[in-house]
Amino acid sequence: MTVNASLVVDTAELLLARRQVRSEKRKAFFSAIGQNKAAVVGGIIILLYISMTFLAPILAPYDPYEINLKDKLQSPSVDHWMGTDDKGRDILSRILYGSRLSLGVGFSSVFFGASIGIILGLVAGYYGKWIDTIISRCLDVMLAFPGILLALAIISALGPSLINVTVAVGVFSIPLFARIVRGSTMEVKQLEYIDAIRTLGANDFIIIFRHIFPNILSPIIVQGTMRLATAILSAAGLSFLGLGAQPPSPEWGAMLSSGRDFIFSAPYMAIFPGLMISILVLGFNLFGDGLRDALDPRMKK
Amino acid sequence: MFLFILKRLAQIVPVILGVTLVVFLIMQMVPGDSAVILAGEGASKETVEELRENLGLNKPLHEQYLSYIGNVFQGDFGNSLKNNQPVLDEILIRLPITMELAFFSILITIVLGLIAGIISAIRPYSFSDIGVMVVALLGISLPSFWLGLLLMYVFSIKLQWLPVAGWDSAAHIILPAITLGAGGAAIVARMTRSSMLEVVGQDYVRTARAKGLKEHVIIYKHALRNALIPVITVVGLQFGSLLGGTVLVESVFAINGIGRMIVDAIRTRDIPMVQGGVLIASLVFVFVNLLVDIMYRVFNKRIDLN
Repeated sequence: MTVNASLVVDTAELLLARRQVRSEKRKAFFSAIGQNKAAVVGGIIILLYISMTFLAPILAPYDPYEINLKDKLQSPSVDHWMGTDDKGRDILSRILYGSRLSLGVGFSSVFFGASIGIILGLVAGYYGKWIDTIISRCLDVMLAFPGILLALAIISALGPSLINVTVAVGVFSIPLFARIVRGSTMEVKQLEYIDAIRTLGANDFIIIFRHIFPNILSPIIVQGTMRLATAILSAAGLSFLGLGAQPPSPEWGAMLSSGRDFIFSAPYMAIFPGLMISILVLGFNLFGDGLRDALDPRMKK
Repeated sequence: MFLFILKRLAQIVPVILGVTLVVFLIMQMVPGDSAVILAGEGASKETVEELRENLGLNKPLHEQYLSYIGNVFQGDFGNSLKNNQPVLDEILIRLPITMELAFFSILITIVLGLIAGIISAIRPYSFSDIGVMVVALLGISLPSFWLGLLLMYVFSIKLQWLPVAGWDSAAHIILPAITLGAGGAAIVARMTRSSMLEVVGQDYVRTARAKGLKEHVIIYKHALRNALIPVITVVGLQFGSLLGGTVLVESVFAINGIGRMIVDAIRTRDIPMVQGGVLIASLVFVFVNLLVDIMYRVFNKRIDLN
């Protein structure tokens, strides 16, 4: 009984120390990210885009779907800041509403890919042995498909649509998260406090999700931010190819695709959607770079 | 070294089998009866049943997979649903075009990326460094299909220096290769810079300085050689996204390569064509990775060969 009691006290101390390390790390992180100008700029860009998704109905001067053929293909002007498209729709309004689709696909596909990838990585890293071998070989196969070809293969089976693009881009994020989580889990599970908790009788589920997962969040967050940039690019690319959002959807990749046919006469139709994608991706890249520097001091020097 | 190559070759066998399995499963994932899909629209019941019998679609899944692998290794990728021609014939016509595009793009990735990275690393935090890094950041943020359209608008439509689209002359290669290579060049530049800065801080470079060697000798003979080792890996990884990127760039510039073939095949639901294209691109990628791994060993003599 006394042995057990002292073990409980020791474990509690270990956990407390662990928590302290975490909160100190968190403080250092926020001050580091605040000092990183590029990261702040990236963060502001992302926030602006997110508020755009909410404010679209208020900000948009016109209905994004309303066809008005007598106003078609107008150059940018006071009435139409970004001009009108081949159906006379206001490009600015379409872009504002389109932010919901482009950001939505990016976030949901990364969430989907990260959830599955994290679980696979935790299981592979924690249990090791044959479970790890099987999961790792599957990840190798997924990584053997170059670039967005795995996503293309999935879409070819499921058929073109924005939801299928989300699934396809998500699947293609799974191995990247799983790899990182697997490595971090293998490191953390050897730490003393995990042994202590296990001795106290915690089951694997609690050890993995309560005690390992919160301690490997930093690489996941960095990877997630970087992946958002790639996911948004890939999803827009697939819609550009006509395999994602279908007209009249104001998804930016799809808008760019219809703008391509008017590149001679109305280049602004393709310029603005592309510009919106570029700035958003730039925001995620800046923010991701800053996060990495703040969370991973090894990369800093 | 020979042992190492053998070992790596053995390792890629399960990967290749896995890739063929995934590609095989594309057909199974398509909603509906694959025999009906393969027979095409408006096919009679007899035709569908005949096809099912001929292609063994009534057999258990694992037998179908085994015969699929057997066919693939004999160069039989099935027939196109559109014109009933062998998929392999179409691939053989288009693969050289895509490989040519990929070759010039990777050349741009490597040359531009290395030069930019070295310029940055020689004087860190100077104007030239910041300038190069800002351009590199843009390079990884711009969608390739948009960059391609912009380049086409400026150089082909406005200035009329280069052809708009197609793949007939050397001039046709320039814009697509830049479009496809730019993103990779940006990543290589960032990697070269950080790798160079790390190497320059090490003892042996300080020793070289202390010996009184000239700065360019230190940079090119001592620092760069070791800084290049991690860059090789990055170039290898870039080749993958570059191969995937051909899908977009070939569509922008109307180039009849494998990438455009896959996209067109998805639109017309020509599944065997998609399978063939995805499979061949993945096999090329797997072998390029093998080559990169071998090169990595050759350049990095510090790694224990066992």
